Amino acid sequence: MMRRVLVFLAVAGLAWALLPLALGSGVPEAPGALATAYLTDAPADFGAANIVTAIVVSYRGFDTLGEVAVLFAATAGVGALLTRKRLGLGDAEPEAKPAATEILVTATGLLTGLLVMFGVYIFLHGHLTPGGGFQGGVVIATALLLGLLARPESHLSHGILAAVESLSGAAYVGMGLLGAFLAWGFLDPRALPLGRIGSLVSAGSIPVIYSLIGLKVGAELSGILDALKGDRE
Amino acid sequence: MLVDVALLVSGIVMIAAGIGAVLARSLLVSILLSGGVSLAASLVFLLMGAPDVAMTEAAIGSGLTTVVYLYALARARQPDEEDSDPLGNSVKGGR
Repeated sequence: MMRRVLVFLAVAGLAWALLPLALGSGVPEAPGALATAYLTDAPADFGAANIVTAIVVSYRGFDTLGEVAVLFAATAGVGALLTRKRLGLGDAEPEAKPAATEILVTATGLLTGLLVMFGVYIFLHGHLTPGGGFQGGVVIATALLLGLLARPESHLSHGILAAVESLSGAAYVGMGLLGAFLAWGFLDPRALPLGRIGSLVSAGSIPVIYSLIGLKVGAELSGILDALKGDRE
Repeated sequence: MLVDVALLVSGIVMIAAGIGAVLARSLLVSILLSGGVSLAASLVFLLMGAPDVAMTEAAIGSGLTTVVYLYALARARQPDEEDSDPLGNSVKGGR
């Protein structure tokens, strides 16, 4: 009884604390000072049509590098923990997995190419349309997941995943350093020519960096899914 | 106005799916319902004019996280079917 009262009090207190936030929510009529600065500066400074991407990759580029590092650490942890040995399966023969249904196999054959193409489209056009490296990478991982579901015995090539992941990570930092040497600071996209706003090759190094993030995220999430299958050596 | 109604409906769906995920007896149903919470949340983000966040929420929240939970559920069930001692070491010849 006492416990229920305490839980109720805690929930009521939380609701009371969040009430002003709920009452004040909504879409403001005009953007604030910081948002106005981004809205006017991002197209002028970097030639980026998608201002969200300009903020994520340039103004807050260092935070994004930290996010990518966190994701890398998580993937490394999952990969180190989820091996056959750690799972206690020992040398037991992997049990025969039931074959996938014909519907899944056929749909996988049709969809895999389209999904990979859509993922690449999302991160290549990150500076023009909504979306970017993280979203595109997840879509690519979804395509590889379909392949794993359709062929339960198959494995993603660990070497290729590791190579793509580490090379794109190193190239990301390399592009950042290029910005420090050729432009005004670390991750400054003006290291490359800005081009005309709205065209595919524009916004300096933003599309390059976002494509590298897309490849890295796709490889990392595919590696997590492959490790979760649980029959990795 | 229509946007407000859609936002309210999505919010109600989110709350209902969340309560259902907590109360459901089967873990599988809980996992699917928590994926449904993310799907409704991505709709909310889309209605509020944040397509970037909506894409992330739909792909990671309702897609990848659900798959990861399902894999973990399948993995967690397997030791129950084996003859294993409490320390988790599988006993020889148990299977």
